[in-house]
Amino acid sequence: MPNTSNAPTQNYVPGEHPDLKPPIGQTGILLWLRKNLFSSTFNIVLTLATLYFLYLVIPPLLNWLVLDAVFQAGSRDECRALGEGACWGFIDKRLGQFTYGFYPIEERWRVNLTFLLLVMAVLPVLWEKMPKRRIMLWFSVLFPFVSAWLLLGGFGLESVNTDQFGGFMLTMIIGVTGIVFSLPMGILLALGRQSQLHFIRWICTGFIEFIRGVPLITLLFVASTMLNYFLPPGTTFDLLLRVLIMVTIFSAAYIAEVVRGGLQAVPKGQHEAADAMGLKYWASMRLIVLPQALKISIPGIVNTFIGLFKDSTLVVIIGLLDPLGIGRASLSDSKWQGLATEVYVFIAIFFFICCFSMSRYSIYLENKLHTGHRI
Amino acid sequence: MAHTLEQSGLPPVKPPKSSFSLGKLWTDKKSRGIIIQVIAMALFCAVVVYLAGNVVENFQKLGKPFGFGFLKQESNYDINQTLIQYNSQSSHARAAAVGIINTLLIAVCGIILATVLGFILGVLRLSKNVLVNKLTYCYIEFIRNVPVLVHILFMYGLMVHALPHPKQAIVVKETFFLSNRGFYMPQPLFQPLFWLVVAAFVIGIVFAFWYRRSARIKQAATGEQSPVFWVMLASIVGLPILAYVLSGMPINWEYPTQSRFNLKGGMAIKPEFMALWLALSMYTAAFIAEIVRAGIVAVDHGQSEAAMALGLPRKRTMNLVVIPQAMRVIIPPLTSQYLNITKNSSLAIAIGYMDIVATIGGISLNQTGREMECMIIVLALYLFFSLTISFFMNWYNKRIALVER
Repeated sequence: MPNTSNAPTQNYVPGEHPDLKPPIGQTGILLWLRKNLFSSTFNIVLTLATLYFLYLVIPPLLNWLVLDAVFQAGSRDECRALGEGACWGFIDKRLGQFTYGFYPIEERWRVNLTFLLLVMAVLPVLWEKMPKRRIMLWFSVLFPFVSAWLLLGGFGLESVNTDQFGGFMLTMIIGVTGIVFSLPMGILLALGRQSQLHFIRWICTGFIEFIRGVPLITLLFVASTMLNYFLPPGTTFDLLLRVLIMVTIFSAAYIAEVVRGGLQAVPKGQHEAADAMGLKYWASMRLIVLPQALKISIPGIVNTFIGLFKDSTLVVIIGLLDPLGIGRASLSDSKWQGLATEVYVFIAIFFFICCFSMSRYSIYLENKLHTGHRI
Repeated sequence: MAHTLEQSGLPPVKPPKSSFSLGKLWTDKKSRGIIIQVIAMALFCAVVVYLAGNVVENFQKLGKPFGFGFLKQESNYDINQTLIQYNSQSSHARAAAVGIINTLLIAVCGIILATVLGFILGVLRLSKNVLVNKLTYCYIEFIRNVPVLVHILFMYGLMVHALPHPKQAIVVKETFFLSNRGFYMPQPLFQPLFWLVVAAFVIGIVFAFWYRRSARIKQAATGEQSPVFWVMLASIVGLPILAYVLSGMPINWEYPTQSRFNLKGGMAIKPEFMALWLALSMYTAAFIAEIVRAGIVAVDHGQSEAAMALGLPRKRTMNLVVIPQAMRVIIPPLTSQYLNITKNSSLAIAIGYMDIVATIGGISLNQTGREMECMIIVLALYLFFSLTISFFMNWYNKRIALVER
């Protein structure tokens, strides 16, 4: 400060200034407010306009969602009599169906157990510092088979037909199966597309471009209407299995492109060094190239998984009963007609929680690995 | 090897009699590659032959011929929104054409709206105002993480249930009607002299671009600037208006009217189209916003500082320095978003908007029982759309790409 006339006339020794407080408005919340919200006329107008907008939107939304909402009711008319807001009573009554579809009620513990095992299988994959991670990873590898047995039954358990699967359980089945099987398939396709062998490269490129060029819904239609023509006459297999195969190859094609980006980002010197060490193709890929490539492509892979999870809702169009299908079916009940908004908002919130946490995890991983270069 | 051994005077080692052995074929990289490819090709052919054989057998068993002749048959179903002449006596091929046009319509409209919304959201997301910034962030994250099908169904529910019946339609000046049967507006009826306006428009565009080019050459040569923007505006907008007035206003408007149960006349945008259009655009705009933000952030701060140091005003800094560099980062992912809109438009079938999947892949398929032929048509068309869009975007991307030394 050049102007020190207010200060007591006294010569300060450097480093021994009295501890004067900085002027008000230069620290703390006031500074933050001034800097971030009221720095210029335009900014002030923007802030006020946003506040007004929030004032218009938030209170009615909150009223509808929570304050005026009815959480327990027997029918739509009962709901309307009790409050103006959302009728969550409907969701409450149908929660079982929304979660398990038409899975037999006395067998629902199997779904719950599967979900618990899923959490146990996912934990060692995501949590790097988990104690005894190696042993637990073996369990993760076994999990798909265990869960298939638990859900489908047989071998001592009562068998359940797949057309009774539905609700969030179906979403999870499609999502998890797709994720588990599309990653290795995608990596193989990416390696094939980068291969020196022309024929392998052509096949992989053609496959990837074909799958990426058409919408998932047409592939699902192929699965539901046309696939039987390609099987020996008289044979047919489960619709859910056909859908799972289609979803898996669909997301594998996308993962292949993400992994290809990662492979291309690995410097050529790495390949050459691996060759110079005398490593064979698979060894050099497994030990040198892929670890680096996959590290770079993790964010893209997780994004593909999120997309896959969201796309699992499309199965409703070919008649599987995912949450949207359950919602539609329940809405045709005359007691509950006209509650579409509640159903969609409920489903939207479920997907938001799942997908948002996945994307946060991907950001966390990205920061942790911090490779310095991106695709 | 053997050569050097003989020279060194050591007892000669017997060379292997034949240099050929089966094992060697596998150890040699080149021959191994060929072997693998031959095996892969054989497997591939075997699978194709097996599948084709199954298909032929299945067709024979069902007694179905394979062919696209059914496309000429009468379709026997109605489509509620068509841009070309169509009725239930038209052929299946015509229905497919209506579907293609509807798909293209939703794709083009969706791409335009999503781009505009996406750029606005992306800029808001970069705002220094924390409130605006965070609010946009919350909005984008919520939209992005909810499946697009939920958006579409929700939007359609809003259109059908929340909007009033045609009787109580929201009316603006007796010209625009908004109800749950759609958005009605006056339809232009073009008179014969209208071609003058079109001609004026074309001439205006040609002149505008010629003027811009010559202005650039002039600026490069002399440093003099010309009022490019105003001249372009005058020739593209002003010239057609002038022609319109001079030729005696050759457009008549047909106004929609409210009848007892419905709205009649005029041009209608159906609720299915509106729901699909808004939902797809909103959903994709959230992704585009993130792409735009990432693109602008990727431009090094030093670039704009350098531009300011050169004395460029803020607007020019953005236009000449920041945006061109950001576009390089933005274009490739933007392409895939455009492709996504086109592909996601196939979800139209969930709400009954008659796009290509709903016409030829839906009703035609069910009526004729030609699963194979219909699905082949649909898949081929989507492949064609996707490849075309990515071809053009790759071309554009190459044009603006950084030319390195």
